Amino acid sequence: MKNPLDSLWGTVIAGLVLTGVLYMLAKSMMGG
Amino acid sequence: MGDFIVYGLGRWLHIMAGVMWIGLLYYFNFVQVDAMKAAAADQPPTGAGITKHVAPRALFFFRWAAVVTVLAGAMILGERIDDALLFKERAYVPIGIGAWLGLIMFFNVWVLIWPNQKKILGIVPATDEEKAKARRVAFLASRTNVMLSLPMLFMMVASGGLFRRAFFG
Repeated sequence: MKNPLDSLWGTVIAGLVLTGVLYMLAKSMMGG
Repeated sequence: MGDFIVYGLGRWLHIMAGVMWIGLLYYFNFVQVDAMKAAAADQPPTGAGITKHVAPRALFFFRWAAVVTVLAGAMILGERIDDALLFKERAYVPIGIGAWLGLIMFFNVWVLIWPNQKKILGIVPATDEEKAKARRVAFLASRTNVMLSLPMLFMMVASGGLFRRAFFG
C-alpha cells in the first residue's frame, strides 16, 4: 500500500480523518 | 498586570509564532516541495537559488517560531499544564490533546527535520547516500506535521470554542 503522506492530498485527508478520531476520543474522555 | 502579560501578550505571541511556524510548514509542503521537483526537471536545473537563499531563511524562522510557540503555550497553560498534559481534568482534555500534538510536531522539527535539512542543504557534510536518506526522513516528518496540524489546530480552537470548557485566567 502506498504511503498517504507521499501525496499532499493524502496527507490532508489523513489529517481530517485523524481530527475526526481525536474529536470522538476527546468527547468520550470528557464524558460524552 | 501579570494576567495581562500571560493571557494577553502570551496568547498573542502564541498565535503569532504559531502562524509563522505552521505557515512556513504549509509553505514547505504546499509550495516548495513541488517547486523543487519542477526546478530539478528544468534544463539546466533552476532550484539552486531556493536551496541557497530561500530554504535556510525559511527554516530559521520555522524552527525558532516553533520554540516561541511552545514556550508561550506552556506559559498560557501555567499551573494547568499537568491537568492538560496528564488529562487530569475533563475540561482540559481538548487542549491537552492539542498540546501533545504540538509537542510531537516540535520534536519532529528539532530532532527529525532540522538535523536532516542541515545534511540536505550542505550545512553539515554528508555523502549522497546520507543525503538521500535525510531527504526521505525530513520529508516524512514534515508531512507528518502537516497531518498532525489539522487536529492540533482543531483542538486549540475547540477547547474554548466547540467544547466551551477550558478557560484560562
